[in-house]
Amino acid sequence: MMRMLSASWHWLIDRLVDVGRGARFFLRLCWLGVASLRRPRLVVDQIYFIGNFSLSIILVSGLLIGFVLGLQGYYTLRRYGSEEALGLLVALSLVRELGPVVTALLFAGRAGTSLTAEVGLMKAGEQIDAMEMMAVDPVARVLAPRFLAALIAMPLLAALFSAMGVLGGYLVGVEMIGVDAGAFWSQMQGGVDWIDDIGNGVVKSVVFGFTVAFVALFVGYEAEPTPEGVARATTTTVVVASLAILGLDFILTALMFSST
Amino acid sequence: MRNGVSLAEDLLELDQVRFGYRERLILDGVSLRFPLGKVVALIGGSGSGKTTILRLIGGMLRPRDGHVRFEGQDVAALDREGLYAMRRRMGMLYQFGALFTDLDVFDNVAFPLREHTRLPEPLIRDLVLLKLNAVGLRGAARFRTAQLSGGMARRVALARAIALDPPLIMYDEPFAGLDPVSLATVAALIRNLNDALKVASIVVSHDIKDAFKIADYVYLLASGKIVAQGTPAQMGDSTDPNVRQFLDGDIDGPVSFHYEATPLADDLGLRR
Repeated sequence: MMRMLSASWHWLIDRLVDVGRGARFFLRLCWLGVASLRRPRLVVDQIYFIGNFSLSIILVSGLLIGFVLGLQGYYTLRRYGSEEALGLLVALSLVRELGPVVTALLFAGRAGTSLTAEVGLMKAGEQIDAMEMMAVDPVARVLAPRFLAALIAMPLLAALFSAMGVLGGYLVGVEMIGVDAGAFWSQMQGGVDWIDDIGNGVVKSVVFGFTVAFVALFVGYEAEPTPEGVARATTTTVVVASLAILGLDFILTALMFSST
Repeated sequence: MRNGVSLAEDLLELDQVRFGYRERLILDGVSLRFPLGKVVALIGGSGSGKTTILRLIGGMLRPRDGHVRFEGQDVAALDREGLYAMRRRMGMLYQFGALFTDLDVFDNVAFPLREHTRLPEPLIRDLVLLKLNAVGLRGAARFRTAQLSGGMARRVALARAIALDPPLIMYDEPFAGLDPVSLATVAALIRNLNDALKVASIVVSHDIKDAFKIADYVYLLASGKIVAQGTPAQMGDSTDPNVRQFLDGDIDGPVSFHYEATPLADDLGLRR
């Protein structure tokens, strides 16, 4: 009994230490992320790398989700005779919810894992150590530009995802099923609010960008420097980042849309 | 004179250094001296604490007791800034090179120059090509790191380690896993660079034959202590059982074949 209590106590202390380390690491990343603006070349390279990596999967997924939204939305709206609201339904679903969330999940799977694996392998190959011995701070030189790049790339990718989704909804709803194009666009234009809908969607995607980038880099940096350790770390990134995105999404949605 | 330190003095000195993780003591009162212009080999079995010594010198670890002094400064007393300033004056060659895999050969060697100097790009280019020429790999400047053999990777890493002309170069197992030609090349490079640049070189190795060929002085480390030291010739003539076991590769000796355990008969239940 005493042994169990002592083990749980140690477990609790270890987790608290982890939380503290994570928080310190997060603050350091934020601070050094801003500082890495002094070397824009490093950040731009990473934006290209991270953004380009995820672009095709984001565009295709956005289009496909738009197709499905067009179909499902049409069948539901037809029951109430309000098919012309299809444009509004597609756009709101995307900018408020699906755009940021699905993009973040895909981003975690595509870019997040690659960041974790890259940093983990650098650690396993003693590159992080070597950099430290060369008097170069690896958090500032390697991690911070990637962090900032992910923060910038994530909202852009979410915007592209939503745009592709709207296009997909249009193709299915208007071109295939025959919903009136004027109604499709004008309802969308009239019903989507810049601040409440698009603004909040952007805020979500920025928060998710923080989440994915932080989880991916922290897990990679803390990975055991062995092949198994790196493999485990990439899995951890997907699991933790996805759960964090969905959990945060609920909290953000409750905060943002509870008053409207 | 270099930074106020005369050539006669030791560039680096470890004085009664003790280090360990919790109850496990890894180094127990180790004292070493590294003068400029000499190649000093640190030999010992796996897990004898050789790499730990390099990490202590670089300030990646701090000793529990004793002092590590580089150019007269106590490494453990330095803050982060001081430590970074000191590390710029140390070159380190890792066992497998530790080249940055996202950069090519040229950019790897240029890395310390770009990070720590404000030299114009044409000058950096010339310096990098000179460093690469010194290790015989100017022709491979635009190779990706994945295209390099083990020996080539180590030579590129060596060019990177000397990019800032440090007075101290540390080599962590520079001969491990190399074919005979690459090994001879790396060994010759260590000796030649040491003599041409008048630096202090530390070669950590368990490869006695090759370490003896290039070293001016040898320390033998076992169980966290220096058990023997001397020039390669003195070590070769030694009758000390520690030295003999290591030099002759005997299975049993001061380092026993069996890890400490209860008698076998007890484990098998043969004794009543």
